[in-house]
Amino acid sequence: MTQKIGIIYQGFPSEQELAKAPGVPSDERIKRGPVAFIECVQEIPCNPCEEACPYGVITVGKPITNLPKLDEEKCVGCGTCIAACPGLAIFMLNGSKQKAEISFPYEYYPLPEKGDVVDCVDREGKTVTEGKVLRVVKSPKYDATAVVTVEVPMEYIKIVRSIKRLRRS
Amino acid sequence: MRVIHHPILGDDTRVCNATITVDGRQIPAVEGEPIAAALLAAGIKKFRETPKHHKPRGIFCAIGRCTDCIMTVDGIPNVRTCITPVRDGMVIKTQKGLGEWSEAK
Amino acid sequence: MKTTEIAVIGAGPAGLSCAVEAARAGAKVTVLDENLKPGGQLFKQIHKFFGSREHKAGTRGFRIGEQLLSETEKLGVEVLLSSTVYGLYEDRLIAYIKDGKDNTLRAEKIVIATGASENALAFPGCTLPGVMGAGAAQTMINVNRVLPGKKVIMVGSGNVGLIVSYQLMQAGADVVALIEAAPKIGGYGVHAAKIRRAGVPIFVSTTIKEVLGEEMVEGVVTVELNEKWQPIEGTEREFEADTVCLAVGLSPLTELAWMAGCEFTFIPALGGHVPIHDKNMETTLPGIYVAGDITGVEEASSAMEEGRLAGVAAAESLGYIDAQKAEELKQQIWARLDALRTGPFGEGRFSAKLKQLNSRRLLA
Repeated sequence: MTQKIGIIYQGFPSEQELAKAPGVPSDERIKRGPVAFIECVQEIPCNPCEEACPYGVITVGKPITNLPKLDEEKCVGCGTCIAACPGLAIFMLNGSKQKAEISFPYEYYPLPEKGDVVDCVDREGKTVTEGKVLRVVKSPKYDATAVVTVEVPMEYIKIVRSIKRLRRS
Repeated sequence: MRVIHHPILGDDTRVCNATITVDGRQIPAVEGEPIAAALLAAGIKKFRETPKHHKPRGIFCAIGRCTDCIMTVDGIPNVRTCITPVRDGMVIKTQKGLGEWSEAK
Repeated sequence: MKTTEIAVIGAGPAGLSCAVEAARAGAKVTVLDENLKPGGQLFKQIHKFFGSREHKAGTRGFRIGEQLLSETEKLGVEVLLSSTVYGLYEDRLIAYIKDGKDNTLRAEKIVIATGASENALAFPGCTLPGVMGAGAAQTMINVNRVLPGKKVIMVGSGNVGLIVSYQLMQAGADVVALIEAAPKIGGYGVHAAKIRRAGVPIFVSTTIKEVLGEEMVEGVVTVELNEKWQPIEGTEREFEADTVCLAVGLSPLTELAWMAGCEFTFIPALGGHVPIHDKNMETTLPGIYVAGDITGVEEASSAMEEGRLAGVAAAESLGYIDAQKAEELKQQIWARLDALRTGPFGEGRFSAKLKQLNSRRLLA
C-alpha cells in the first residue's frame, strides 16, 4: 500500500502543509535568529498562542478556528508561546549560529538535563542525530510543560522536533 | 505497577497503609483507592470467571458501569472493584460465575 | 421528604457548571453523583484544554475540575456523593440510593447531566483481561496512579485514542501502535503529531484481527482493511502487547431521560439516541433539562457550556434571573458553544446539534 502523505494520514504535517501554514517562518528569517515555528495546519478551535505572545505577533482572530499567523519580522523568539500551545505544536528555531538550536515542549518523566547528549528525533520519532541539551526551562507559568532546547548540526534544523524519551530508572 | 513519578501530576506521595488478601495472597494497598487499582498495582489482571464458559474477565470501564470487574469482597459477591474503596483487612476472592454469599469475616 | 429547587444529576463538568450558574443566580441547588468524589471525568484530563480564554483554554482539565469544585463550595451547593439515582418519577421525584438506603428528593427543576460511557468492540479475544476502554486506562494512570500494562495497543484515532496514548507514555508505558479502521486519523493532528514524534506508529485502514492469550492479553494481530472495510488477507501484523485500549466512541447515558419519558431522536454523529431539547436545554418534559454528553457526545469544554446554559435557564424559570439578563447570558454561552463547533472538526457536530434542536421545533 502506498503511504498517503499529510497530517490526516501520517499524523504529522507534510512539507507541503507546512509550506502553506501561516505560522511557519521563512528560511531566511530562521537564519537571522530565534523565531517561533508554528506547526498548526488544521482549523481547530483554539487560540491560547495569540494571548500568550507578549509582543502580539501571533494572530488567530475570529473565528478561533483560524490558523495562527506569525509576523516573523516582529517575532523575537522569546519562546513564551511554546508551552502555551495546548497541542504542543509550537517550536523555536535558531539558525543564526554554527549549529542549529531547536526548542520544543516536553512533558515526559524524567526530564533531560543541561549538557546531556541525547538522541534527537524527527516528526516520526526516528532518531536522526545526537544533540546536546542547552537549556531545560520549567516555569510555573508553563504549568508542568518543560521547554527543552537542543543543539544539533544545521542540516537537521527543519527535521528534529523532539528527543527520544529517556527511560525511567 | 504504580506510577510513582509523573511529569504533570508530580510524585505520588501516598504510602501503602493497608493490606488486603486476594485469594489467600496478601497485597499492599492504599486505603481508599479502588480495589481494582490495588490489584493492578500488584499485577493481578484476572478478576473473575464467567458462569458458563469459565472465561477470565478483568477491568473494562473502570467507572462502575460495565460490571466486568466484579469480585467477591468480604463474602459479598458481585462487588464492582473499580469503584469500591480499599479498607485494611479486606478479603477478596476471584469470583467464579455468579459467586456465592458467605459469612463476612 | 427532602426537597430542593434545582436537582442536578451528575457532578461532572456539565453538572457542576450548571450548579454554579444556578446557585450564583440564587437558586437552591442539589447535585447528586454516584461516585465517591465529584468531578466526573474531568480529573483524569491532565492535558491543556483547547478553545479560547472563555473556555479556559490552556488550562489542564483537572485544574478546571478543582476550580469548579471550589466554586460550588463557595456558592453553598449541596453535593450528595455515593448517591446513585435510579429513578425519575412524576412531579419531578428523584429516587436514589445512598449508603445502601433508599431516599427520595423532590425538585422543582431537574437537570440530567449523566455523561456517556465508552463503547466496546467485538473481535476474537475482546473479553480477555487487558482489553479495556481507553478512558478506563486513563482513569487508572491519572486518577489511581497505576499502570494497566506496559505495552499498549490503542484502537481508535479520535482525540480520546490520541490523548490517552500520549498520557500512557507520560505515565511510563509504551504504546506499541495505534490502529484506526477508517482511512484517516479522526482526531486533531496536533495530538497525533505528539505521539508520532514519541515513536508511536499509526496504522490507518487497520483493525484488530485477534487478541492472543489464554488468561490475559499477550499479543495482538492486526489486519489492513480495503475500501469496503473488509480485511485484506496477507496484511496481518503481530505485536507483542499486554494491554489493548479501545477508543471507539462513547454512548450517551440516557437511561434516566428515557425513564422520565423525554422524547428522543436518533443522531449517529452525537452517539445514537439523544434526548430532544430546546435552546434552553429543556427536554420535551417541562422542568427537565439535559446538559453535557447525554445530549450528544462532544467534549468537556462544550459540556461545561451546556451545563451553564441549563443552569441559567432553570434559574430563570424559577424567577432568579430576569428575562433580559438571562437572554444576555444565554447568548454569550451560545456564542461560546458555536465557537467550539466550527472548523472541519466542529462543523459536523454543529449541524448534528442543529438537527437535534430542529426536532424540538418539529414537535412543537
